[in-house]
Amino acid sequence: MSARAPLPTDNQAWGASDTAWLLVFACWLVATLATLGALFFSEVMELPPCVLCWYQRIAMFPLVILLPMGLFPFDPRIVRYAFPLVLAGWGISVFQVLLVAGVIPEAIRPCTKGVPCSEVQIEWLGFVNIPLLSFLAFSTMIALLAAAQLRSKQ
Amino acid sequence: MSRKSNRNEPTRNAQPPAPARSRGGIGRGTIFAIAGAVLVLIFVSAVLAYRSTQAEAARQSAAKNASHLASAHAPLLGPADAKVHIVEFLDPACETCAAFYPHVKKLMADNPGRIKLSIRHVPFHQGSEHVVRVLEAARGQDKYWETLQAVFASQDRWTVNHRVYPERVWPFLEGIGLDLERVRRDMNAADIAARIEKDTADAQALNVTKTPEYFVNGRPLPRFGLEELQDLVKDELRSAYR
Repeated sequence: MSARAPLPTDNQAWGASDTAWLLVFACWLVATLATLGALFFSEVMELPPCVLCWYQRIAMFPLVILLPMGLFPFDPRIVRYAFPLVLAGWGISVFQVLLVAGVIPEAIRPCTKGVPCSEVQIEWLGFVNIPLLSFLAFSTMIALLAAAQLRSKQ
Repeated sequence: MSRKSNRNEPTRNAQPPAPARSRGGIGRGTIFAIAGAVLVLIFVSAVLAYRSTQAEAARQSAAKNASHLASAHAPLLGPADAKVHIVEFLDPACETCAAFYPHVKKLMADNPGRIKLSIRHVPFHQGSEHVVRVLEAARGQDKYWETLQAVFASQDRWTVNHRVYPERVWPFLEGIGLDLERVRRDMNAADIAARIEKDTADAQALNVTKTPEYFVNGRPLPRFGLEELQDLVKDELRSAYR
């Protein structure tokens, strides 16, 4: 299967492309976990998603489909294709985390209709809320994709 | 190239769940499939666990707030000594309420004398309180059930896309023997306002946020659905008339 590795590899059991593959695979795991989690919150717990949540979903959901396209067969350029989505989602999640934390003031909140995006619907351990989970997911994915890029460049 | 690969050697051991051999051993496809299956499995069990917790919580809350279910003022259909009592919270402008209503009537027809039905009004749609007042006023002429039937049958003519046009309901009330002039006079009576207030307060106490909502002998639906309602009614019939 790994015969399609982009680098001319020797007979070693483990190569740079295997590591890169695993990193992209881990990124897919994070995306899928985040997607299922988001669906659980909205479809099972019936928490209405706010506008910013929808924008983050737009960035997150396609990765569940997109990343496996680069895993089978492994194509290191998947990092290039996936990265803009991850970065966009990360940016929006940072914005919302700041909104929830109160760093960004009321006046420039983009969503006043429907569910306010600064409203905290779930709080675990006193500080873990849904926007924070999204921020952590996107940050992890940035790190994984960056590492995959470095690996496959070697 | 092989020199570079050698530099990567140490990371090989650093990979935590890495398949020791991706060549010849477990393939990438297998890892992917297993991971996908595990994630889906976790999701499904989380859904089931959450639903059963919710159903239990709803059951306890309904038991605690049982006093809010029984209301002497609510319209009652069926013999008073029927052992299965369905309390339905409905909004006359709610499509699902209209769709479920014939099924509730069918349950009653299939089990004659064993089921009684109480209706509580919760006008969640803006403007539907007008129709609730009409329904309440029709009770003064002993025409509540006929009026409810007419209101549901014509619902798509006076509610469009969840928007209620209350005045459009009137033409559909002709022909059921209602004195419409009297209805117009009666619908603003203080006791009707008080009943609507009581229904709304009870709905709040029972955490009714969507319509229709059913309680069968005080038990809430485990989750919303026609089949769930039919099963719950059958279950109560079995234990009441074994």
